[in-house]
Amino acid sequence: MASYTVTHEKAECLYEIYERKPELKHQTHYCPGCGHGIALKLLARAIDEAGIRDRTIMVSPVGCSVFLYYYFDVGNVQVSHGRAPAVGTGLSRSLPESIVISYQGDGDLAAIGTAEILHAANRGESMMVVFVNNGIYGMTGGQMAPTTPLGKKSTTTPFGRNEWTDGPPVRMSEILNALDAPVFIERVGLGDNKQIMQAGKAFRRALDIQVKRQGFSFLEVLSPCPTIWKLDPVDAQRFIREDMAKTFPIGNLRDRTKDALSRPAPKPAPPIAELPRILELTDDTPEEPVATPSKPLDLRLRIAGFGGQGVLMLGEVLAEAGLEAGYNVSWLPSYGPEMRSGTSNCHVRICSDPVDSPLVSNPSVLIAMNEPSLRKFLPSVEPGGMVIYNGETEPPEDCRRPDVRFITAHFTALADSLGSSKATNIVMLGALLEAEDLIEEKYVASALRGKVKSQRWLNIDFAAIERGREIACPV
Amino acid sequence: MKAQLTKGNEAIVKAAVLAGARAYYGYPITPASEIAEAAALYFPQAGGVFLQAESEVGAVNMLYGAASAGVRCMSASSGPGISLMQEGLSYLAGAELPCVVADIMRGGPGLGNINPEQGDYNQLVKGGGHGNYKTLVLAPSSAQEMADLTAWAFDLADEFRNPVAVLADGYVGQMMEPVRFADPIPVAPPPDWAVTGTAESRKNLITSLFLLADEAERHVRHLESKYKEAERKYTRAECWRTDDAEIVLVGYGIVGRILKAAVELGRSRGMALGLLRPITLYPFPTVQVREVGKRVKAVVVVELSTGQLVDDVRLALNGSVPIELYSRVGGNVPSAEEVLGFIQRTFMQSREEALIHG
Ligand SMILES: Cc1ncc(C[n+]2csc(CCOP(=O)(O)OP(=O)(O)O)c2C)c(N)n1
Ligand code: SF4
Repeated sequence: MASYTVTHEKAECLYEIYERKPELKHQTHYCPGCGHGIALKLLARAIDEAGIRDRTIMVSPVGCSVFLYYYFDVGNVQVSHGRAPAVGTGLSRSLPESIVISYQGDGDLAAIGTAEILHAANRGESMMVVFVNNGIYGMTGGQMAPTTPLGKKSTTTPFGRNEWTDGPPVRMSEILNALDAPVFIERVGLGDNKQIMQAGKAFRRALDIQVKRQGFSFLEVLSPCPTIWKLDPVDAQRFIREDMAKTFPIGNLRDRTKDALSRPAPKPAPPIAELPRILELTDDTPEEPVATPSKPLDLRLRIAGFGGQGVLMLGEVLAEAGLEAGYNVSWLPSYGPEMRSGTSNCHVRICSDPVDSPLVSNPSVLIAMNEPSLRKFLPSVEPGGMVIYNGETEPPEDCRRPDVRFITAHFTALADSLGSSKATNIVMLGALLEAEDLIEEKYVASALRGKVKSQRWLNIDFAAIERGREIACPV
Repeated sequence: MKAQLTKGNEAIVKAAVLAGARAYYGYPITPASEIAEAAALYFPQAGGVFLQAESEVGAVNMLYGAASAGVRCMSASSGPGISLMQEGLSYLAGAELPCVVADIMRGGPGLGNINPEQGDYNQLVKGGGHGNYKTLVLAPSSAQEMADLTAWAFDLADEFRNPVAVLADGYVGQMMEPVRFADPIPVAPPPDWAVTGTAESRKNLITSLFLLADEAERHVRHLESKYKEAERKYTRAECWRTDDAEIVLVGYGIVGRILKAAVELGRSRGMALGLLRPITLYPFPTVQVREVGKRVKAVVVVELSTGQLVDDVRLALNGSVPIELYSRVGGNVPSAEEVLGFIQRTFMQSREEALIHG
């Protein structure tokens, strides 16, 4: 057959000798009449013509085409079943100059790998995908593929593919055509010489999109599998033309090469010295020598309240202030469902010695921003400890402990009078600073400045600290 | 750089960028999502890639691609996502590709919950995917170690051409502590085995497929020899007050921190306690455990799982010392008091004189 002569010319980007089996130096491992052999040669010719052999990276799948790397003298990456588009993504994102081609069968792409192909296409990844649709699982010996035509027998559809139990065949080109990003989608056949010539052109077009860096190109190839279909090569080609093409209409579904823009070159990477700034590891404050703590401290603090009351923020300010004052600190939040249920709490430790456990199970100080928090954590406060409680009235009878010092006030009302109930946490902070000789106020002020960017809020917060101090101040 | 109050999860990302990582692929999951969020912020600014994948299956295979290209790359997830990545980790190990994956453990099995747990020990330390391979596993217990061990993970991954996991729990991921970051290192040129779409790398092949029995055995033996080398060179554990300890507590991650408090508390009450905190989980610090085991009367393993770490301790001690397990799960994290209570119940009643000083 004339067309076979054409496709047998050896392309540059194919190896001279295939090293897979010493005795089969010039033969692929494909069965006689297999479409993979033709597709491989069409692809090789397209690579040659584009002159991109050195830049090409072939991603070979699991399936009959698993051994592409024995044939293609290009960069080769062999991957797991169905995941080639994800691997191709990882390659092409980091190697914008390369040409990434994934080559996959119908089990690989249209069954196990549907998520990967769909999303790579939808992201418009810079890669060409060759989708060899032979309507069957070749490599594993003839099981049903997602593309097996209705009624067709396979080893796992011994009575023929049944629309009701197996579903109708999946048309990948049409599915991908529902997405916005792909630049090129075409289905070709290898059913006769004319179809093969058409296919050759489509390979070049799909590859050209990669050369121009326009985005994602997808080429579905209806491909004969004479061995599993149990047909001779000629009948297998006829099956492509007359049966497969009925389910999978041949033709171009999309070609946006005229309008598609080339991807902009990635921005050059910043100099290494810029990284600390990018990572927000440098701050503008003048570098001061780390303070030496003025006194030994072992503060184990639990702060609890409703979400939105600034529980976590108060903890952060204290931890930051402790750090600036030269102490060892840790801050551990409650997270997840606890937060969603509307309550929030955190553990803070500020100590002279290294923090062993960041968990505070027996706090020396409890800041309870509401009654449920008081109820929950009061029993855990260590004897001789302190509770700062935000309540309209004294704690209920069953929430008292004679061995614990209480500072109770309606901190929310106090904050309100300063301009915002959101400053409740900071009024309580003021009370804490007054009640316990902890950290010098300058460190607290500096920590607040780091957290609160608006001057208006800072003013409220500083007033809040003062107000809190007055509350805790023994008259 | 001066110490900065940093969340464990963010420390991972910053340390990764400073260590030259330039590709992040991940899928959101609590309690690891801050890692993806920080990566989305920093990787592109550092000239790297960030992509939110369609799934963890997608993400781990994107790592396969990035690693094939010779780029330092990483992902992060939690139990359910790590389960999905196991296929990919097996392929990465099989194809000898380096990458770093952080697992911020949550409760399981199934959807479990998002509380801190340590139930992923077996799935990472023992392999998890198919075939004869290992994932190197590091277990940070502080925000500082989240940074330091992540940086080390990239070095180990490159040295052994193998995935390395940073195995932490929800607490270590969520908590903030001061972190002193290392200076940034420049991105190294791609290794000579990488496939980079250039004439020089054209002959390179990344594959985990070895069809012939002899070829496959040679490959698996080669992997095995790498793991043996890692076992010889890189076991790490923190030993705290073990020299004169009669009972040594063993735990990793957040548990290691709690146990340190338990040791101090116990000592203040006259109990001769010490702590051994494994930092490498694979390779397991067998040597260190054995060394400590020679001197003590008993070992107490504390873990947030139903007895996974304890198996490795048992293997290391091989019956030479009595071992007790204290386990909490579901998000219940024991306090130091609670651990001491267990020790007291277990040992003190029968062996009071032997174990309490003075
Ligand atoms: C996770 C996984 N499941 C199953 C397999 C077995 N397997 C190998 S190839 C294949 C199907 C191949 O069919 P297709 O993609 O259509 O390619 P063809 O062989 O027909 O070219 C299967 C199921 C595998 N390698 N990995
Ligand atoms: S089994 Fe089918 S697809 Fe596989 S090589 Fe043979 S003819 Fe080709």
